[in-house]
Amino acid sequence: MKVQELIEKTGWSCATQKAALDRTVNGAFCGDLLSWVMGNGEPEQAWITVQVHMNVIGVASLREFSCIIIADHAVLAEDIIARADEEDIPVIESGLPVYETAKKLVELGI
Amino acid sequence: MASLLHKEYEVVRDDYSLAGKVSSDIKRTLSAVGISPAVLRRIAVASYESEINMIIHAWGGVITLDVMEDGTIQIVFKDPGPGIADLEKALTPGWSTASEKARNMGFGAGMGLPNIKRVSDEFDIQSSEAGTTLTLGFREQA
Ligand SMILES: Nc1ncnc2c1ncn2[C@@H]1O[C@H](COP(=O)(O)OP(=O)(O)OP(=O)(O)O)[C@@H](O)[C@H]1O
Ligand SMILES: [Mg+2]
Repeated sequence: MKVQELIEKTGWSCATQKAALDRTVNGAFCGDLLSWVMGNGEPEQAWITVQVHMNVIGVASLREFSCIIIADHAVLAEDIIARADEEDIPVIESGLPVYETAKKLVELGI
Repeated sequence: MASLLHKEYEVVRDDYSLAGKVSSDIKRTLSAVGISPAVLRRIAVASYESEINMIIHAWGGVITLDVMEDGTIQIVFKDPGPGIADLEKALTPGWSTASEKARNMGFGAGMGLPNIKRVSDEFDIQSSEAGTTLTLGFREQA
């Protein structure tokens, strides 16, 4: 499934404007401890986290995640969204707790 | 052995917002000279963790990147202190002295150095009160 389709099927909002939505989503990874995510995540996964600071964008880009899904109601600052657009990493807000967010992806077959 | 490509970067202490910039540039630079995605991914992990450690635990420092004639990639992370008192502990998964501020941002799992060691082909760490030097080597797997 592509990031675009994930957004359409979940109805979640996409915070980034320019980041490419044609990347393939292959599985997902939940985590907020950055070195744990770095060490155990895999390219193409959707990364579900509640972390919303600048380093999240660096981790997602270096780890080659297909997108970042911000769970719960964590709020993203504008400069972080701008950086995500720059690094071409789509950031999606689910507005749901981590478990509910992951469950939704499972339902979609991710 | 001669170096075919040499780059130097400065890293600033406590500058969390820029963390990862050097690692991104290293990845881009190496990608442009044809290093394979598998090696790039290992380098990205090691470089990011090392860069962050310099920012959150040390007083900044200098990162140098070299691609050697035989294709080996060498990255050296050199900081001016305060050094690591107990290297054995520092290399133990889960051990961390990260500050409250760093932990709130998701650092401090104590997995950085273990991750770096696992993904690199060569790993050497020297530390004293005068600073820490981490030397990493990577090459294409046969
Ligand atoms: N460059 C450095 N200068 C001084 N101390 C360091 C340096 N790098 C690592 N350390 C020490 O070694 C410990 C372990 O480092 P490691 O990267 O494994 O974990 P961490 O940085 O604490 O957490 P994580 O990397 O999982 O976010 C650190 O908590 C710190 O005490
Ligand atoms: Mg670390």
